[in-house]
Amino acid sequence: MSQPLKFYFDFLNQSSRALYILLEASKIPFEAIPISMLKGEHLTGEFRDNVNRFRKLPAITDHGYQLSENVAIFRHLAREKLVPEHWYPRRHLGRSRIDEYLAWQQTNMGVATTEYFQQKWLVPYLQKTRPADNAVNLASKQLEHTLNEFEQLFLNSRKFMMGDNISYADLSAICEIDQPKSIGYNAFQNRNKLARWYETVREELGPHYKEVLGEFEAKLKGSGSGQQQGVAQAVKQ
Amino acid sequence: MSKPIRFYYDLLSPIARGLWIGLKFSNSPVEYCPIALRKFEQLTDEYKKINRFQKVPAIVGGDFHLSETIAIIRYLADKGQFDEKLYPKTLENRARVDEFLEWQHLNIRLACSMYFRDAWLFPMNGIAPKPKPEQIQALIEGVENNLGLLERLWLENDFLVGKNLTMADILGSSEINQLRLCQYRVDEKKFPKVVKWLERVRVSANPYHDEGLTFIDRKSKQSTAAKL
Repeated sequence: MSQPLKFYFDFLNQSSRALYILLEASKIPFEAIPISMLKGEHLTGEFRDNVNRFRKLPAITDHGYQLSENVAIFRHLAREKLVPEHWYPRRHLGRSRIDEYLAWQQTNMGVATTEYFQQKWLVPYLQKTRPADNAVNLASKQLEHTLNEFEQLFLNSRKFMMGDNISYADLSAICEIDQPKSIGYNAFQNRNKLARWYETVREELGPHYKEVLGEFEAKLKGSGSGQQQGVAQAVKQ
Repeated sequence: MSKPIRFYYDLLSPIARGLWIGLKFSNSPVEYCPIALRKFEQLTDEYKKINRFQKVPAIVGGDFHLSETIAIIRYLADKGQFDEKLYPKTLENRARVDEFLEWQHLNIRLACSMYFRDAWLFPMNGIAPKPKPEQIQALIEGVENNLGLLERLWLENDFLVGKNLTMADILGSSEINQLRLCQYRVDEKKFPKVVKWLERVRVSANPYHDEGLTFIDRKSKQSTAAKL
């Protein structure tokens, strides 16, 4: 039977991974509908008219109600579905802290990880060229700065960003960091706090996370094979 | 009566100005604390204690410090201290406001702030020279691509989320109004819906809309006079 909640995603996209893991971990029934961004499936008229007029991923339809944008979808799920409290806790103003992080992420971490991924992997893949050193160096500097800020502003002596329990802030952040990490970027050099936090989150998320990350990395390898060998080599550097 | 929250802002910042308008409509006690970005007051150690991100806007309520506009709106809405019409309670409308605010961050807001920064802020403060005409043109194209998206994807109704003014309209229009400083006006022939929408927002959000833009408009007139 088809589920009332349809989730359109591509594991190449960090927000898609975060929301997919949330849906699985929260045991929310949903129909998973993979959309290949590399094949341009999100740009078709059908996708625009029936799923998301912005032609972006992730997106949902819930009983026919269409919604896009990662955080808007997350809040919709938290409000409408049985999402366990720890993901978006009411206690101790936890929701406000998570909102604050997610807003910061959008114009900081999200921009930096995406730019690095695009310059190092996506643009070379699409254009069948080597990564442009200048662009990669620039993106790398921006990413360095953002990861330092993330460590200073959001990681403290506690296990997770919001305390002793994992929240959507942690899940969203780890998926962002995996974007450059999966193409060879070392996010943890001289960042012990970040490395510790990453391990703790990874452990806590368990098999759902492992499975989704595996799918993402398989996608990267799969796209890099055959005629894309040059890209695969460039990514390894 | 509840103790007023302290609101730290600068009307030169479009996002702080938008939130300032929203708070003026919310009949909650607010202590307005201006921070002069042009004097780098946000970078002082004193302000760092208020907001570790060293940005505006920010609020302090008791011991609770919060930054990021959408987080502030949601916090105040949850406390019943924000105008319900501006940030609706109904699930669909609230999700639509959230959707727009997230969308605009990397679209309208990004394009407008790059234009404002490169064409006005940096040259004005001696950080960078005035851009060449072709650079200005590229910045305008970035803005107009996004105005095109606004025209086509968002303006099916009088306002961005249905028939009533919300924070989506206030914050979206605030970004566009910032460009008055660059002597940029939205072309009615190219973007008729956007122009009508901006006027509807102005009327619906007055008197605070115009009051919030006093500084921007004064500076804008000075720039025009200097050109003449």
